[in-house]
Amino acid sequence: MNLTLKIWRQKDSNAKGQMVDYKVTDISEHMSFLEMMDVLNEQLVNSGEEPVAFDHDCREGICGMCSMYINGEAHGPDRGVTTCQLHMRMFNDGDTITIEPFRAAAFPVIKDLVVDRTAFERIQQAGGYISVNTSGNTQDANAIPISKHAADEAMDAATCIGCGACVATCKNSSAMLFVGAKVSQYALLPQGQVEAVDRVQNMVAQMDLEGFGNCTNTGACEVECPKGISLDNIARMNRELMKAAIK
Amino acid sequence: MVLTFASVLTNILKMTGFFKSSIGRKVAMALSAFFLMFFLIIHLAVNITSLFSEDLFNELSHFMGTNPLVQFALQPVLIFGVVFHFVMGFVLELKNKKAQGVAYAKNNGAANSTWMSRNMILSGLVILAFIVLHFIDFWFPEINTKYIQGDMSGMHDGGFRYFHEMVEKFHNPVRVGAYIVAFVLLGLHLAHGFTSAFQSMGSTAGRKETLQKLGKAYSIIIPLGFIIIALFHHFNH
Ligand code: HEM
Ligand code: SF4
Ligand code: FES
Repeated sequence: MNLTLKIWRQKDSNAKGQMVDYKVTDISEHMSFLEMMDVLNEQLVNSGEEPVAFDHDCREGICGMCSMYINGEAHGPDRGVTTCQLHMRMFNDGDTITIEPFRAAAFPVIKDLVVDRTAFERIQQAGGYISVNTSGNTQDANAIPISKHAADEAMDAATCIGCGACVATCKNSSAMLFVGAKVSQYALLPQGQVEAVDRVQNMVAQMDLEGFGNCTNTGACEVECPKGISLDNIARMNRELMKAAIK
Repeated sequence: MVLTFASVLTNILKMTGFFKSSIGRKVAMALSAFFLMFFLIIHLAVNITSLFSEDLFNELSHFMGTNPLVQFALQPVLIFGVVFHFVMGFVLELKNKKAQGVAYAKNNGAANSTWMSRNMILSGLVILAFIVLHFIDFWFPEINTKYIQGDMSGMHDGGFRYFHEMVEKFHNPVRVGAYIVAFVLLGLHLAHGFTSAFQSMGSTAGRKETLQKLGKAYSIIIPLGFIIIALFHHFNH
């Protein structure tokens, strides 16, 4: 298929960017969105132009590096997938596709479609861990009884890959789905209890410090999240913070 | 003794820290919203009596207007609640605008969220405009009569004045029209707000079918009730 692409180009973090039109031809519907971008970049390199910078790593939907706001949605129109898992069959011949970086004041553009998501790392460092010694004396996992329900919910929360689609799609640029998931994966397990109070307080404080917005429960994040992280995790984080405030 | 006092104090200090956090503000927002939603039920219950009994409406209005508990305990809390809710609404909106950064060239909000959830500030502003109008219509004249002129009798021309004063107001079709627009927007505000408030309080109940249905019912019945009352008195008197 033949497509028109409207892509955000920005030289570096200080430059003023703009949307630029490109044409790509003979795109197979079996290609992933990133492969289509590769075709475009090959074309640009061959004609001596600067290729479009975009983030990617695993290309199998598990690392969370690929981003892109495609036709007004984070990771494009498909559900439960990252951009690397988005296929061109979701589009039609002759389509115009708008491609923008993930937008949020806390995610500044580094170049073109690449944004700085290290704010997420700083939130993780503020409390997204448990302090246990894992060097050689690891305990048997089954030694601590955990209910099936709690284990499942913790596992679901832990599938968050930190891609930032929740922030990008949120009208408030709120990071609460991400932080909710990271708080929940420990809050649900016995191992997470020891540091529970500090964890939620420090992670929320860091989230606020990074300049993410306030959740107004629109639910857009849950719909656009490639891993289907549930809004229940935000409610749990709110509960954890309330509990921490009176402890 | 000293110890408990100190621990109470540190707890209060911790709580102020809590209410300064993004989530604490949301909890405060939801608490004020719950109070407002409770108030709307009472307000509608009183007003609805005007559809079938002029006397009952007058009695209830007089009680609400003169009972010291209502006047000096509930009323200040209510006014504080309203002011707090919309001031906090503006604060949240401004903070969220700042968090957004550069706007998207193309954003498909309808793909993942409802119009109501994305336009709480708009529906809120219309409700605020209504509240101002409503205060000019009813509240300021009441305060003037009762506390400035000192007439606590609630009487005029040998009978209770409340029913007649209300009917008088609904003669004007422009006012009735404005009320209807405001109540439709209130319904849209509540269609998202009712369940949203549960989520803000850390409860997942708002995401279950029962409360979603209840929220839908509440956000239709309450505004519709007020609309029916305004139309009834407009066309009946
Ligand atoms: C009787 C009047 C009102 C009622 C019953 C009401 C009710 C609600 C409810 C239930 C929520 C959801 C709270 C939450 O998600 O935690 C809400 C949110 C909101 N309200 Fe109101 N409201 C009223 C008046 C107003 C006014 C006058 C404004 C003025 C601007 C306003 C602005 C907002 C905003 C911006 C939000 C979104 C904040 C958020 O979702 O976190 N509201 N309201
Ligand atoms: S919650 Fe979902 S959208 Fe947000 S960072 Fe995690 S995986 Fe990505
Ligand atoms: S490149 Fe790893 S998730 Fe898309």
